[in-house]
Amino acid sequence: MDATELQAIAERNRAARKRIRLHCCTSSGCQASHSLLLKQGLEAAVQAAGLQDEVDVAGVGCMGFCGQGPLVEVDPDGLLFEYVTPDDAPAIVAALSGGDAPGVARGNLRHPFFARQQLVVRRNGGKIDPERIDEYITAGGYQALARALHDMTPADVVDTITRSGLRGRGGAGYPTGLKWATVAKAAGERKFVVCNGDEGDPGAFMDRSILESDPHSVLEGMAIAAYAVGASQGFLYVRGEYPLAIQRLQKAIQHAKKYDLLGTQILDTAFNFRVDIRIGAGAFVCGEETALMASIEGRRGQPRPRPPYPAEHGLWGCPTLINNVETFANIAPIISNGADWYASIGTAKSKGTKVFALTGNIRNNGLIEVPMGTTLREIVEELGGGAPDGATVKAVQTGGPSGGCIPAHLFDTPVDYESLAAVGSIMGSGGMVVMDDQTDMVDVAAFYMAFCMDESCGKCIPCRVGTVQMHRLLKKIAAGNATSADVALLKELCAMVKTTSLCGLGQSAPNPVLSTLTYFPEEYESRLRPR
Amino acid sequence: MSVRTLSINGQQVSAPAEATVLEAARDAGITIPTLCHLDGLSDVGACRLCLVEITGSNKLQPACHTRVAEGMEVQTETPRLQQYRRMVVELLFAERNHVCAVCVANGHCELQNLARALGMYHVRFDYLSPTCAVDITHSRFGIDHNRCVLCARCVRACDEVEGVHTWDIAGRGVASRVISDLDQPWGESTSCTACGKCVLACPTGAIFRRGVTVGEMERDSAKIRFIVEARNQRW
Repeated sequence: MDATELQAIAERNRAARKRIRLHCCTSSGCQASHSLLLKQGLEAAVQAAGLQDEVDVAGVGCMGFCGQGPLVEVDPDGLLFEYVTPDDAPAIVAALSGGDAPGVARGNLRHPFFARQQLVVRRNGGKIDPERIDEYITAGGYQALARALHDMTPADVVDTITRSGLRGRGGAGYPTGLKWATVAKAAGERKFVVCNGDEGDPGAFMDRSILESDPHSVLEGMAIAAYAVGASQGFLYVRGEYPLAIQRLQKAIQHAKKYDLLGTQILDTAFNFRVDIRIGAGAFVCGEETALMASIEGRRGQPRPRPPYPAEHGLWGCPTLINNVETFANIAPIISNGADWYASIGTAKSKGTKVFALTGNIRNNGLIEVPMGTTLREIVEELGGGAPDGATVKAVQTGGPSGGCIPAHLFDTPVDYESLAAVGSIMGSGGMVVMDDQTDMVDVAAFYMAFCMDESCGKCIPCRVGTVQMHRLLKKIAAGNATSADVALLKELCAMVKTTSLCGLGQSAPNPVLSTLTYFPEEYESRLRPR
Repeated sequence: MSVRTLSINGQQVSAPAEATVLEAARDAGITIPTLCHLDGLSDVGACRLCLVEITGSNKLQPACHTRVAEGMEVQTETPRLQQYRRMVVELLFAERNHVCAVCVANGHCELQNLARALGMYHVRFDYLSPTCAVDITHSRFGIDHNRCVLCARCVRACDEVEGVHTWDIAGRGVASRVISDLDQPWGESTSCTACGKCVLACPTGAIFRRGVTVGEMERDSAKIRFIVEARNQRW
């Protein structure tokens, strides 16, 4: 396999394309609403209507508008059907030859939910069949890897990523190019590339969707990274709760190996790269990079103090590059379109786009990808359509249990790393939970604290016991049994746990409490009993 | 031997380049409280008692796990650090059932000594009062989980010094428990060599020699370091 053969595959596929393609979402969410039956129904209906020479039915990845699923899109006619059931299949096929599919809800692809998005990471979501490598190649896939291997030195690749301004999408926002450069420079014959797919924040499903909808984009990003830093072995760490993602990744790795896009002598070069999947066993803390590495090594998934950082002392003591799923999915477009193109999207310090899982009390639930710097108001009101049933939106929680609640009066805050930190939250991995005026903020804080308490690994004392005590204090306040002394103790404990915990889990666990204490103090104070 | 010069609490201190801040401080007669650290065992930075402030670092660093550096400025006793350390001990006392008056380690307990040294006189948090087992199935030793602080010194002594790894930790968060083998009663452990190093390593009364009374509960935890050094020097 070389670049010309990639092109040949793409051309062959384009030539074989039928006039109409029905895109039927087969991601986890839509599958739960019987989209596999729906796909079979569509295929049968196409046969019954004798349109098999003109119409293809493709099971595609996530289109994003998950709350309205299952979704069916007619390409290239631009028709969108929502809440489709298997029984609707004949009506949809009938509508292909003019007609309006009575009884099937029609969506609008020009709706701001779609129109306001800019797709880089989710470029293939809802368009290609994630289980067919040929479709990824037809969409331009693996061209970036070919370009990197044939036309660029590893240093060129690192330089391109550095100049693009890409920052880690796992939440902390560390400059990706800098991390790559450190691993590239690190001495060591063996190096590793690890993809962190242990997405665990409540309400977050960006990485799952990327892995399910476009697994090759992550593999291609990892391969480019491995070439840049000098690694020949990669691990994809995926949480066990994502069976469909794991299954599609396994298939993708198999197909890529068959095409010599993974394995030895990739694309007829001397570059070798092998990728193995490691499946997480249900611990949130294994998303922390040192705990994740311990888990890959077969040890108890617990973090260790940093430094040393994985870049110098990672898997089995070797230099290791760890990036998150979304970071890797950004790589191929940057190599293909250039650093300047990427750096032109977003804000001065936060480049590119970011995928968010928009959930909670919001009309349009689903996945969105917007340029950095888009304001929360635009996301919540324009894309999200505001709160349903006439309620008003009170706050948005970003960054999951590590993040904070941002009140409605700060919705003009642009979404970028620094601005979110300035209002007491974090970018996080991309969870965005919208809360309406009926939401009790003390309950919200207690919910996230219960999560951290259950997920604390127990290694360091502040996180292990501190989260339990913070949770008890929050419950006491919620029940109306607390005094102002309890709130003072809660604040003291928050500061201590935040400052002294060993890893990010404990260091960020107090954030939901601190942000609700800052922006909604009356909800705490109104429940206190006099001392 | 390459040497680094640093300042700890304003005092000029020199230390070998590979020394930790904790070692440098101890060498200079400066006490930094510790619990999960034990000379001779690897450091895990888990108890957070030895956290220090280092000029130029916005995070507190564990002295046991931080190497000295030339010109490093370390503060070990700021009011903030003292407050955090007291709270760590407070949280430990609230976590399990630490009743000094009826403990075999009373008077010889590192947790008790820490509370005294740090001025932790009462606990402001709810006592979690968990139900913890006492395992006296072993013929010579016993483990009382009520008194365990999860410092994992027994785990490391058993693994790193005895080379057995009978002990490990199961569960997570406050539900974590030290277990022997695959969570069997200690007496049924097939790997335990009854060497007693875990008894030496335990900072509290959690792991004890059976049959000793309160007054006899003296032990020589420095022996761990002695064993390691003796081995390294191939006596």
